[in-house]
Amino acid sequence: MNSSRFEINRRTALLTSAAIAANVLNPFRAFAQETPRKGGVFNVHYGAEQRQLNPSLQASTGVYIIGGKIQENLVDLDADGQPVGVLAESWEATPDGKTITFKLRKGVTWHDGKPFTSEDVAFTAMNMWKKILNYGSTLQLFLTSVDTPDPQTAIFRYERPMPLNLLLRALPDLGYVSAKHLYESGDIRQNPANLAPVGTGPFKFVKYERGQYIIAERNADYWRSNAPYLDRIVWKVITDRAAAAAQLEAGDLHYSPFSGLTISDMARLGKDKRFIVSTKGNEGNARTNTLEFNVRRKELADVKVRRAIAHAINVPFFIENFLGDFAKLGTGPIPSTSTDFYPGANTPQYPYDKAKAAALLDEAGYKPGAGGTRFSLKLLPAPWGEDISLWSTFIQQSLGEVGIAIEIVRNDGGGFLKQVYDEHAFDLATGWHQYRNDPAVSTTVWYRSGQPKGAPWTNQWGWDDGKIDKIIDDAATEVDPAKRKALYADFVREANTELPVWMPIEQIFVTVITAKARNHSNTPRWGSSSWHDLWLSA
Amino acid sequence: MRILSLAGRRLAASIPTLFLILIGVFLLLQFAPGDTVDAMMAQMGGGDAATARELRRFYGLDLSIPMQLANYLWRLVRLDLGFSAIYGKPVASVILERLPPTLLLMASSLSFAFFFGLVFGVIAARGVNRWPDTLISTFGLIFYATPSFWFGLMAIVVFSIYLQWLPAGGFEDIGAVRTGIWRVLDIASHLVLPSLTLGLIFLAIYLRIMRASMLEVLNLDYVRTARAKGLDETRIITRHVLRNALLPMVTLIGLQAGTMLGGSVIVETVFSLPGLGRLAYESVVQRDLNTLLGIVFVSALLVILVNFITDLLYARLDPRITAES
Repeated sequence: MNSSRFEINRRTALLTSAAIAANVLNPFRAFAQETPRKGGVFNVHYGAEQRQLNPSLQASTGVYIIGGKIQENLVDLDADGQPVGVLAESWEATPDGKTITFKLRKGVTWHDGKPFTSEDVAFTAMNMWKKILNYGSTLQLFLTSVDTPDPQTAIFRYERPMPLNLLLRALPDLGYVSAKHLYESGDIRQNPANLAPVGTGPFKFVKYERGQYIIAERNADYWRSNAPYLDRIVWKVITDRAAAAAQLEAGDLHYSPFSGLTISDMARLGKDKRFIVSTKGNEGNARTNTLEFNVRRKELADVKVRRAIAHAINVPFFIENFLGDFAKLGTGPIPSTSTDFYPGANTPQYPYDKAKAAALLDEAGYKPGAGGTRFSLKLLPAPWGEDISLWSTFIQQSLGEVGIAIEIVRNDGGGFLKQVYDEHAFDLATGWHQYRNDPAVSTTVWYRSGQPKGAPWTNQWGWDDGKIDKIIDDAATEVDPAKRKALYADFVREANTELPVWMPIEQIFVTVITAKARNHSNTPRWGSSSWHDLWLSA
Repeated sequence: MRILSLAGRRLAASIPTLFLILIGVFLLLQFAPGDTVDAMMAQMGGGDAATARELRRFYGLDLSIPMQLANYLWRLVRLDLGFSAIYGKPVASVILERLPPTLLLMASSLSFAFFFGLVFGVIAARGVNRWPDTLISTFGLIFYATPSFWFGLMAIVVFSIYLQWLPAGGFEDIGAVRTGIWRVLDIASHLVLPSLTLGLIFLAIYLRIMRASMLEVLNLDYVRTARAKGLDETRIITRHVLRNALLPMVTLIGLQAGTMLGGSVIVETVFSLPGLGRLAYESVVQRDLNTLLGIVFVSALLVILVNFITDLLYARLDPRITAES
């Protein structure tokens, strides 16, 4: 007995040591499912090069996808969409909403070794967010100063109340910090660091070859211990969508963010086990398809005509047949992904009803003339995506059926913005409205009157409504979150009643990523986030 | 030496043309709605009017159009191509970075097209109306009729995705830092598919031209004389026929160097090559006038240079040309 037991024990011991030896030789095999693996290069599809890479100067996903790995924001959003501190550890607002104090993280250094302090935050806020950053200059319009009593404290002082919730929801996009010591002298726009960013983030900038690639490597001194996992991130500049899909299939790319491929390729790759195609991780990048009415035009000044146009278009049919799983029926300017502000669908809606559309047009005094045409309009589609192009053709055909002849005028990006937002040379325009976590950041400007001519994605339709203006202004400085939410519900109801802009389709950007990626798509703005916890399985 | 002075005169004559082209492009681009700041706003996804005004002043877009043109021409006279609004650096250095891929692509696809066009053209002409001719002509027609982006994508599907022989895009492998001969081989492997894609259409043209001019020359009296005096057929083809039949091909190369820059936009886009063609396309979309004019300037210089070389080649092939001048 004894000897046999000994035999078993010895055999077990031998087997165990063999297993240990195997694990030493191949340490990741046994734990591949659980333990994050260090190392690896993550190749990212970069569709549209921007003119610079510093997210404190330009709010756009094209900049965050690179700059957001190198530089950091004060606050980001966690998996539940709630603000979570990054460079800021905590925050506090006075009851009047005019003073907001941020306590900053200790022991953070810039990639060049200098310490990160409140001076950097104050400099960035006053000189970049307030003066240069798009949307930032509107958000921080009433920011008067940022006090820095000590290196870990930044006190934002406002002339008018700034709702803490609004600021915290805006800062993930509009709160990236740049190093004061690199920017304090010379022209900020011309600073060489704009193309070779220095930040506090998990990855350090290495190289930018225009038209080819951008490389960043792991920051060994990153403040989050044990992060990041990846050795490098390489962004490959590929402007052609079909070529990008081919490179994903050939294994040269791991990730294509923000609906960077054609709708048909995304649907095709969704069936391929090697890839995950999903809208997850993009909830904070919701967008709606719009139909913008130039109310300077006599026919469109009549709300009956605007409602008739909405009733004449079969949106569910369009979504089902052209957009598939990537879109759903929209209910207004605040998308359903906005858990804090979505007022529900019990506001005026415009279901497909051709007879009602015709009746409304008759009522407005536009009877069909010769050949059944009531009047004709010029429609300008934005060139950002194939869905807009399909949508504009669908509008044309749908409105043709109720007697409104549509002429589609196509432009490239610059041309579209110039004609719609500067020259107002349109009757109808269609594009995307991007929702940025709080309606006050980039949504209410679509409805507020008095927008300066030439400012893109603002009310350039000539819409002027005192009631809507008042709700917008009240909500922007309302410090009580419950009251703010109620005001935005009023706003959506008014916007859907008067319909200066119709937002009938809700979309979330689609991500195509390799099935080997771990910890991906785990926050609402993941494509823009820092990727400090992303790793690749073997 | 006479051919050099002839070519030199041509070079001098092309300078006013160059200026006319530049002024023309400048004015044409003014007709496109929107300027570089509008394009920038489109990229950013929004901004306010004050920022836009500030940027316009920064890029000198608040000046009147004649003032902008005058500024540009004055800079050009001093050989200053200006500053690129998209790239944030001098246009000259942007173009210099983008020139090598385009030159390599042009040279490799032109020589591929020229060589195989010549060989297949000769084979087709020698076997006129028999099966080699029919086969070659059919393929030529297919190559000519197929759009190059489709060819490129199919080549990627077959050689990069299924067979995994060649890279799907880019100019060189960024993952591994290579030097010397390995870097050359790496770049060459990246250029195979794009050169073939761009070259196939030109090959089809060269093939047709070569076949036709071979057939024409083969029927001339001096060829009959050569045959009558008993020279062997290979010698007749290489020494007597080919040399004369090549003249139209050489003319064509000079003409097509310009066309190729245009055709390379699609190939560079499909294969993500950072070349001049794509740069030109992007500068139009982003309304980056300085860069676009710089590219037009450099391309015009390229075409003039290629034509200059063509002239020299021409004289070498046909001594009568120098004699006439």
